[in-house]
Amino acid sequence: MKTIYFDYAATSPVRNEVFEEIKPYFSSFFGNPSSIYQLGQEAKQAIETARQTVARVLGGRTDEIFFTSCGSESDNWALRGVAEALQQKGNHIITTKIEHHAVLHTAQYLERHGFTVTYLDVDQDGLISLEELEKAITPKTILISVMAANNEIGTLQPLKEIGAIAKRHGVLFHTDAVQAVGHVPLDVEEMQIDLLSLSGHKLGAPKGIGALYIRKGTPIHPFLLGGGQEKKQRAGTENVASIVGLAKAMALAAEEMEEETARLTVLREKLINGLLEKIPHSQVNGHRTKRLPGNCNLSFAFVEGESILMLLDAAGIAASSGSACTSGSLDPSHVLLALGLSHELAHGSVRFTLGLGTTEEEVDYVLEVLPDIVARLREMSPLYEDFMKKTKEETV
Amino acid sequence: MYSQKVMDHFMNPRNMGSLAQPDGVGRVGNAKCGDIMQVELSIQDDVITDAKFKTFGCGAAIATSSMATELVKGKTIQEALQVTNRAVMEALDGLPPVKVHCSLLAEEALHAALWDYAQKNGLEIEGLEAPVEDIGDHH
Repeated sequence: MKTIYFDYAATSPVRNEVFEEIKPYFSSFFGNPSSIYQLGQEAKQAIETARQTVARVLGGRTDEIFFTSCGSESDNWALRGVAEALQQKGNHIITTKIEHHAVLHTAQYLERHGFTVTYLDVDQDGLISLEELEKAITPKTILISVMAANNEIGTLQPLKEIGAIAKRHGVLFHTDAVQAVGHVPLDVEEMQIDLLSLSGHKLGAPKGIGALYIRKGTPIHPFLLGGGQEKKQRAGTENVASIVGLAKAMALAAEEMEEETARLTVLREKLINGLLEKIPHSQVNGHRTKRLPGNCNLSFAFVEGESILMLLDAAGIAASSGSACTSGSLDPSHVLLALGLSHELAHGSVRFTLGLGTTEEEVDYVLEVLPDIVARLREMSPLYEDFMKKTKEETV
Repeated sequence: MYSQKVMDHFMNPRNMGSLAQPDGVGRVGNAKCGDIMQVELSIQDDVITDAKFKTFGCGAAIATSSMATELVKGKTIQEALQVTNRAVMEALDGLPPVKVHCSLLAEEALHAALWDYAQKNGLEIEGLEAPVEDIGDHH
């Protein structure tokens, strides 16, 4: 059975154009970019060309782009690198309750090493309050880290406004833009972003490649020590093929963004509205419009997310959930709880993320299959039985 | 991740539903940890003649409820008390480590239903203790 893929926020297939572009770097142009002979210099040239492309797409300068192995590494580096470099100046960091664990766990690590961290609340749509952000800034604040787009609910934060606040207070601004790059417009100049994390495999480049944008002059310690790669900031022989692939994917995404956003938004709205209409006692999680074009996250009362995913899988559909049972802990998604959802609704959430390969037929198929799946699980649910009894009593 | 038997009991659950007039009802778990199980039993002359379940929870929770009710049907109360979480897990060809608590929940739900039966009939069942109100933090 062909898998109907609705988990583009988890990862995406490498695009054909990208795959064709990077193939020669596994064989013909295999040289080490640090070698002085031609073969090495050709690889070096490929990296520098890629760096120019990435810089152009983000609106930064070529010497402000540093390649890493993934989005998590970029997040770790941004927080730890800045914290170490500025610890004499201050020990306070501001972030949010809905960050990816790559930021949250790094922030917690820093708390264990003498830093204090403010975790901003979000409203029911997942947006931070700019007032609260500004109020949280103290003379000791060295860094603000707010994600561009949330991986679970797709909510887009007001980066430009956050950048302006950070600038006004002389605080550095990092954004985890892993879910946003290639999907929504970003400009490090216009948004006054000092550090930006991104990852390749969310936009059709291979897994194992990421980058950190670091504004020139930003105090930051190197992350990996060793050779002189990436201007001695991040040692390790460069992943040449994937760097080339990342640049290609970012260039393509930038070219196609307007058209693809319009296409995906139509499909997303069809999916969200169709499910809300067909499945009673359901709700959308995240902001209805300030949202990634491909993100659809809903909660279905009285049922549990993993069960839904298993039945979707049996129907050939790949999706994900904020249920505890998919994370290996008892607690459901910290993001959904931060929105104020009950544990029950957080356990009953499902995320569909649409991407390049998503078609209207696939959306229609989910709309056809999911209502029956939820109905089937509700038949099994003691919570639904309670609810029906209560409703009956109230109407009698 | 799951054995074929777990998948079978999840996709085709046995004994799902409610009884018209159950002799004992047990409900355990909470929405916080994501699993709630309800077991209903018919008991005649010390023998469990029928068992039904309803479960809010993950695949393993549904499969363990299905298997646990299957295992106790036709058994005497004392025999049913031997249906431990380990027995349920073995009958399902094992569970992933993070799902072991689901089998504990199934055992608790059975015991809670038997306790309810004993309470209603003024009986004392050897080896059976009052169910724990909240076993959300049982591991």
